[in-house]
Amino acid sequence: MNGVLMSDETKKGLKSPLRRQLMMGMAAIPALAMMPRPSFGAGPATSAVNTTGLAVTDSEVTVGILHSVTGTMAISETGSVQAEKLAIEQINATGGVLGRKIKFIQEDGASDWPTFAEKAKKLLVNDKCAAVMGCWTSASRKAVLPVFEQYNGMLYYPTFYEGLEQSKNVIYTGQEATQQIIAGLDWVNKTKGAKTFYLLGSDYIWPRTSNKIARKHIEGHLQGCKVVGEEYFPLGHTQFNSVINKIKLTKPDVIYAIIVGGSNVAFYKQLKAAGIDMSKQTLLTISVTEDEIDGIGGENIAGAYACMKYFQSLDNANNKAFVSAFKKMWGEKTVIGDVTQAAYLGPWLWKLTVEKAGSFDIDKVAAASPGIEFKGAPEGYVRIHENHHLWSKTRVGRAKADGQYELIYETADLVEPDPFPKGYQ
Amino acid sequence: MINSRFFNRSELIGFVSLLLLLVVILPLALDIFRLNLVAKYLTYSFVAIGLVLCWGYGGILSLGQGVFFGLGGYCMAMFLKLEASSVANTKIQSTPGIPDFMDWNQLTALPFFWKPFQSFPFALAAIILVPAIFSFIIGAAMFKRRVGGVYFAIITQAIAAIMTILIVGQQGYTGGINGITDLRTLHGWDIRTDHAKYILYFVEVFFLFAAIVVAQFIRLTKLGRILVAMREQEDRVRFSGYSVANFKIFAFCAAAVFAAVGGALFTLEVGFMSPSFVGIVPSIEMVIYTAVGGRLSIFGAVYGSLLVNFAKTSLSETFPQLWLFGLGALFIAVVLAFPNGLAGIWGDYVQPRIDRLLASRTKKSGNGGLVANGAPAE
Repeated sequence: MNGVLMSDETKKGLKSPLRRQLMMGMAAIPALAMMPRPSFGAGPATSAVNTTGLAVTDSEVTVGILHSVTGTMAISETGSVQAEKLAIEQINATGGVLGRKIKFIQEDGASDWPTFAEKAKKLLVNDKCAAVMGCWTSASRKAVLPVFEQYNGMLYYPTFYEGLEQSKNVIYTGQEATQQIIAGLDWVNKTKGAKTFYLLGSDYIWPRTSNKIARKHIEGHLQGCKVVGEEYFPLGHTQFNSVINKIKLTKPDVIYAIIVGGSNVAFYKQLKAAGIDMSKQTLLTISVTEDEIDGIGGENIAGAYACMKYFQSLDNANNKAFVSAFKKMWGEKTVIGDVTQAAYLGPWLWKLTVEKAGSFDIDKVAAASPGIEFKGAPEGYVRIHENHHLWSKTRVGRAKADGQYELIYETADLVEPDPFPKGYQ
Repeated sequence: MINSRFFNRSELIGFVSLLLLLVVILPLALDIFRLNLVAKYLTYSFVAIGLVLCWGYGGILSLGQGVFFGLGGYCMAMFLKLEASSVANTKIQSTPGIPDFMDWNQLTALPFFWKPFQSFPFALAAIILVPAIFSFIIGAAMFKRRVGGVYFAIITQAIAAIMTILIVGQQGYTGGINGITDLRTLHGWDIRTDHAKYILYFVEVFFLFAAIVVAQFIRLTKLGRILVAMREQEDRVRFSGYSVANFKIFAFCAAAVFAAVGGALFTLEVGFMSPSFVGIVPSIEMVIYTAVGGRLSIFGAVYGSLLVNFAKTSLSETFPQLWLFGLGALFIAVVLAFPNGLAGIWGDYVQPRIDRLLASRTKKSGNGGLVANGAPAE
């Protein structure tokens, strides 16, 4: 009976389409060998630069890209994926890292924190990635952090975030909260004479912590200033009429808005519909990049101020080259926001660190990170601090109707990252 | 045949093959990373088994099972988080000894309702009792007033939404949208090592079979038959003198407890708990697992949650940009072609063949004069 079954199987097997595909695939193998070989493989011996079994060969090194390309966060994270791929391509075009070509494995976090943890583990345990560029929201970072610490991986995290964190296994290429907030508040106080502030935010850790720092700074460090209101809305909230009425009643000098994602569209449209004119009412946000304006519509937000470290309109040679390369790769219509630029820094900082350390080993990369300088950054010069955050300038821009920001102010010096600010906790 | 009263033959085949698959085949075939993923999928099976009882047999569609999954998970996570937040581990905080997210939210002392979770027996009891009491309150409030059908489904969905908003809003007490992360040890035993993952997997499989046996027991008793009767003709059951509300409350509570056990195991397997398992979307996904498996089949529920989650993982690994479409197509295909899910496929196509095979063998052996007891081949 068994024999009958087997012969039946083999007979079927001959006709199976899978088999045909396999055979066609095999026929293509000789063709592969004829393809031109890239000139990689001239670096130092693999055994010397990779002592911990990472995915490094004589000619290739594997890194991971872990962002949401589906779900609610996809719209925000797509820019980061594009920037990371661009950086990897540019690094490969200039000879790779330690003579090795960077190969990437992309995984989808699906806007879902446990999925991020699952995929992070896959990238580290299965794929042995030498570094991972990824995550966007704080929640996704918190979900993967224990994974990176347990399996000793290296994460380059691009988003501006709330601080209160520091890990050997993470390089934070965005700004932490004090870098982004304090300079902006000082500026609005000095140049606009602002005394009263209305704080708004989406209801999760980043806006809450940021507003806490803002409140401490306003009440403790700015003379005669006070907070006249503070409110939070669930993620995805779209009804802002009641808070807009309160704003109209209290007439704050500054609306300080940290609303994220799709809620922004409703918020700015309703502000405009309620007759709040941004040329008279100062609004300062730290959460709306050019990417978000794309959804909000430039005409709805024109005149608002944003405080972050990068705008697409920055006028320097690095940035011009970056913007044109980005548009060449991803299309004329793409816009580049703060986080996209920070994501672009990740692969470059990693390359520079690996080359300084002379090794792909995570421990050596982590140890070599402090002091790494990247002079080709689109935002200008950046340097990694002892605490694995970046020294960077803080800038204020004013939104224009065409969806771009025009630079109004920038700090004279690099601002020191301080994830555990004394007196602000 | 010994178990013929408890499991009929096809159920026995199902039970043994599932046992083989989970205890022998998967642990041998998969590395620990994949096995841990299977463990994660299996935690949803508990919810799906609960839904088979409550929805498949009782006809009560709950779109809020995520709430109970979350309650169980959070009870476990609170205990583990307190253990991970020892003074030594949290020196860097302004108030050492409390969970990190409380410190970020300016709490300076452990809230009163967290304190009992320092005791493991209390946490274990809470995993069962908190969802049971909560579902009893909801069930009593709804079913005693004869709220049912679509209205009940809508209310459970609203509860799921309320629960998410509550957890996200009270982040000083719950960890907010980040959830409770970075869980490390259970009574000093590191749950993150590969060795621990193996042990946890087998513990979970043990609980899963216990759940299957309990569910099968409920199904076979008079209680199970009343549930079916209620689903088909609620009024007749009521006029026969049964308290329909009480039976519904029971089915709903049972499903809640199953979900909570799954949630608690999930926390152990995955190492964190977050409100993204509590809301409307995950709750509906849990119903989908049951629907794909076949809502009348306890084993189908297990296979359904395995299949859907496996598809989710492998499709998303292969097609990071397009996998959601693939998953959607899978659901549509299953619902259109096989309205009774995997169990339906089994019942319509596989089972008859096995029966025929067995029947022909008995006949053949009968011809050869080897029939021992002369029992008809059924």
